[in-house]
Amino acid sequence: MRTGLLSRARERRPQFAAPLLASLLVLLSSPAFAASPETSPPPAADLPAPTGFSAKDRPGDSGNATLLTWKDPSGVPEGAMIQIRRAVPPAYDWTDIATVKLGVERYEDTTAKDGVVYRYEIAVTVPAAGVSGPPVVSDPVASHDNWFSKDRTNSFIASVLFIFILLISITMAKSGKNIFIRRIAGLNAIDEAIGRATEVGKKVLYIPGIQSMDEIQTIASISILGHVARATARYGADLDVANRDPLTFASAREVVRSAYLEEGRPDLFREEMVNYVTYDQFAFTAAVSARMIREKPAAIFLIGYFFAESLILAETGQSTGAIQIAGQADPTQLPFFVATCDYTLIGEELYAASAYLTREPILLGSMRAQDIAKGIVIVLGIGGIIVTSLGLTWFPDLFKTK
Amino acid sequence: MNFEFGRVALVVLFALLPIVGIALGFFVPALRARGPLFVAFFAGIIPILSLYIPRQFLSGETGMRPRLDQWLIIVYGFALLLGIVNVIQNGSRKIARREKGWPYSAVLMTGLFLTGGLGIWGAVSGQGITTLPDGSGTPFKWIADHFFLPLQATIFALLAFFMASAAFRAFRARNTEATILLAAGIVVMAGRVPLLEFLSSPFPPLQPTAAVASQGLGKLTEWIMSTPNGAAQSGIIIGAALGAASMAIRVILGIERGYLGLGGGE
Repeated sequence: MRTGLLSRARERRPQFAAPLLASLLVLLSSPAFAASPETSPPPAADLPAPTGFSAKDRPGDSGNATLLTWKDPSGVPEGAMIQIRRAVPPAYDWTDIATVKLGVERYEDTTAKDGVVYRYEIAVTVPAAGVSGPPVVSDPVASHDNWFSKDRTNSFIASVLFIFILLISITMAKSGKNIFIRRIAGLNAIDEAIGRATEVGKKVLYIPGIQSMDEIQTIASISILGHVARATARYGADLDVANRDPLTFASAREVVRSAYLEEGRPDLFREEMVNYVTYDQFAFTAAVSARMIREKPAAIFLIGYFFAESLILAETGQSTGAIQIAGQADPTQLPFFVATCDYTLIGEELYAASAYLTREPILLGSMRAQDIAKGIVIVLGIGGIIVTSLGLTWFPDLFKTK
Repeated sequence: MNFEFGRVALVVLFALLPIVGIALGFFVPALRARGPLFVAFFAGIIPILSLYIPRQFLSGETGMRPRLDQWLIIVYGFALLLGIVNVIQNGSRKIARREKGWPYSAVLMTGLFLTGGLGIWGAVSGQGITTLPDGSGTPFKWIADHFFLPLQATIFALLAFFMASAAFRAFRARNTEATILLAAGIVVMAGRVPLLEFLSSPFPPLQPTAAVASQGLGKLTEWIMSTPNGAAQSGIIIGAALGAASMAIRVILGIERGYLGLGGGE
């Protein structure tokens, strides 16, 4: 840290006579000196300077930002603020970049460019009085991008730990260790619902939510759709998959086509089984509700990510007398499904479906890892309640992340 | 330099290698299933890495992560085109074969071509789809304002009636759990509206007592929503988050393949 040019300039006193002063005036009027350093307003003698000023690259970011920190001085008048200025060496054309309130003691300059060296200057200023205190200048600093986001260290450790538990569990499952999974009524009812639709000669309606394939619930739903399509192919039931999202539509069609091929019934597959309705939420809701009322499907699957349309669809389906199986991981729409559907896959049950239905050892192993992680979360939660109740506030801070 | 690396890496990972994979798949059938898994692995791992590695080539403004999102939008556009083609195919078939409900398809086709045509005309003519130079609305906007928005609002408004019928069914006291639900539901509903004040309005001496009771009911409602309800929701959210993380890792590692139509898993 160095004091500013202005404060250094103040220490020099004129020692030469008038001829030299005249020469100086000529020099100052030349273009080179016209671009000489801009000077801060004259400092008020009674304004103190901030201390501990440092400028460095903002840690853990993707570049183009510097972090300034300092300690506010004491004894500053009311309305005082910290003025921040920036210059690119070797020139000292100071540019105002911000004025921040006292007490903040940090500033992130997100207008910095990677690789450009800057100097920063801060000073206490009282805008109303138009006076500034002595400035403090930082060492040169240049921003750059970083290799690791330290703010997310806790999240990184948790992710690595979870992946480690997952891989261990999968290895154990592959070695033939028996893994118990509790009964999930909603998944057991899938075959029953399709069987009933086959018996009464009506179609099975499947709605994979209204979100796209970048939503993990939609991916889970499409996996369940594969199982449903294999069952309808086996039983010879008619299947209707109504889609709101075009990417989900493309995926659903491939999954259903593959399911019919796997079951050896490509003759039963028709392109219109998996159809696109519309992108608009309520137009989709209206079209599918109307389809439910007109065609009266025997089984309706509402599995995926739904929003306000969840209750309209589920109530309409309920009024037609169809067996309804719903599934959603988001708790906001779950009460509607629980109130109106015969079976509901709640939360994690949605993601457990492919393991539960296929009984693949690898998938079962991942479910085991999920349960272990849940156990760890419960232990940490109970530990957190105890530790925080004892007044140790560092424990919750361990889990805070940006 | 970093920016160039990110762009080149994306092109190699998501364009060149899949094309090579598809070409090889003609000769080695086992490779056909590997291509989508390969794409899924990198599409999944890049956002995760960008969360922890803030390098410009990965997570900067023009890094791999934002570019991947841009690519998704492009793919989305083509998928939407597929969807529109599917709507036209299905609608035309129903009308041509006079299948049950074909008049609905005729209305749909009319709306699709009329609205779509006016939108395309607005774009081609340069007048846009919102307002004309004189300040009046375009025909496209007129259709949106006078047909689409009222119809949309109508469907959304139906939610109120469906909510009432669902609540009626859910709140029947068939067993102990349903009775608790009913009691909690009544308290929450009463606590969210000035019910007691309304009931006491014909009896002025009772109004101060009703106001105090209403405040107490409000506090009880807040407690039910934040404590038992909040705790249950947290449980569901934690379980679902772990399930989602597990599913995501299975997808990235190629263990979960059901969404590709390649069977449940390997």
